[in-house]
Amino acid sequence: MLRDDTLSLRSSEDIVLIRQAVRATAVDLRLTLVDQTKIVTAASELARNTLDYGGGGTVRIQGLQEGGRRGLRLTFEDKGPGIPDVERALKDGYTTGNGLGLGLGGARRLSSEFALESRPGEGTKVTIARWTS
Amino acid sequence: MDRIPILKMGEYLLVTVQVDMHDRLAMTLQEDLADRIVKARARAVLIDISALEVVDSFIGRMLGTIAAIARVLDAETVVVGMRPAVAITLVELGLALPGVRTALNVEKGMEILRRSLGKSEGNGAEASVQPADVDAQG
Repeated sequence: MLRDDTLSLRSSEDIVLIRQAVRATAVDLRLTLVDQTKIVTAASELARNTLDYGGGGTVRIQGLQEGGRRGLRLTFEDKGPGIPDVERALKDGYTTGNGLGLGLGGARRLSSEFALESRPGEGTKVTIARWTS
Repeated sequence: MDRIPILKMGEYLLVTVQVDMHDRLAMTLQEDLADRIVKARARAVLIDISALEVVDSFIGRMLGTIAAIARVLDAETVVVGMRPAVAITLVELGLALPGVRTALNVEKGMEILRRSLGKSEGNGAEASVQPADVDAQG
């Protein structure tokens, strides 16, 4: 049975819980240690974005199996202000908060798949996946 | 769990991060360390992160901030024990920990600190030595 859970994201303690849930799923799917570390780190960056910029939201954690490969998909959703300039938000060093501005671009580099949908005033949805190589 | 213990050993402060830090815990550590450096007149801080399975940009930034605060308070910081998978991930994330000295393990970290303390004692107030050393690490 592949995992499919949705966790809520309201506080920085939830980021820790999400890291742990993503790690547990990645271990179950037998991702390599480096792949586990990458997807957990990407999850941590995106969870913090959802919390800091989206005002909190949810994350869906899905185990994937497709042909011979296994993977993990994470979907972060918030109903925050949205991202007016997505291209710019993906650039390293760009931040409207007090972080390093590595969150989105970094998470994209750490993932095999990355998709971002955002509508100003409605919210943001970021989906990433990491597959066994 | 709302505090990470800081051990004092002569002029050294030793911190072993053994739990997955939530943000408030990280901020508390930052403040506790600044306090202890002053109260204990510490000259060096060694932070062992070998138990950390993940270092994201928040934790990375915290390590940089701690090193900077310590430097302002005339103490050197070395971060030791980073796991290989964490190092690979950090660099891909885009964070090479500028301004943070690192060493493979506690022993090597102590060696770096001992050497740099010895140097500054020998030269009296030799502030110019330190920035050059830090640059060489980057």
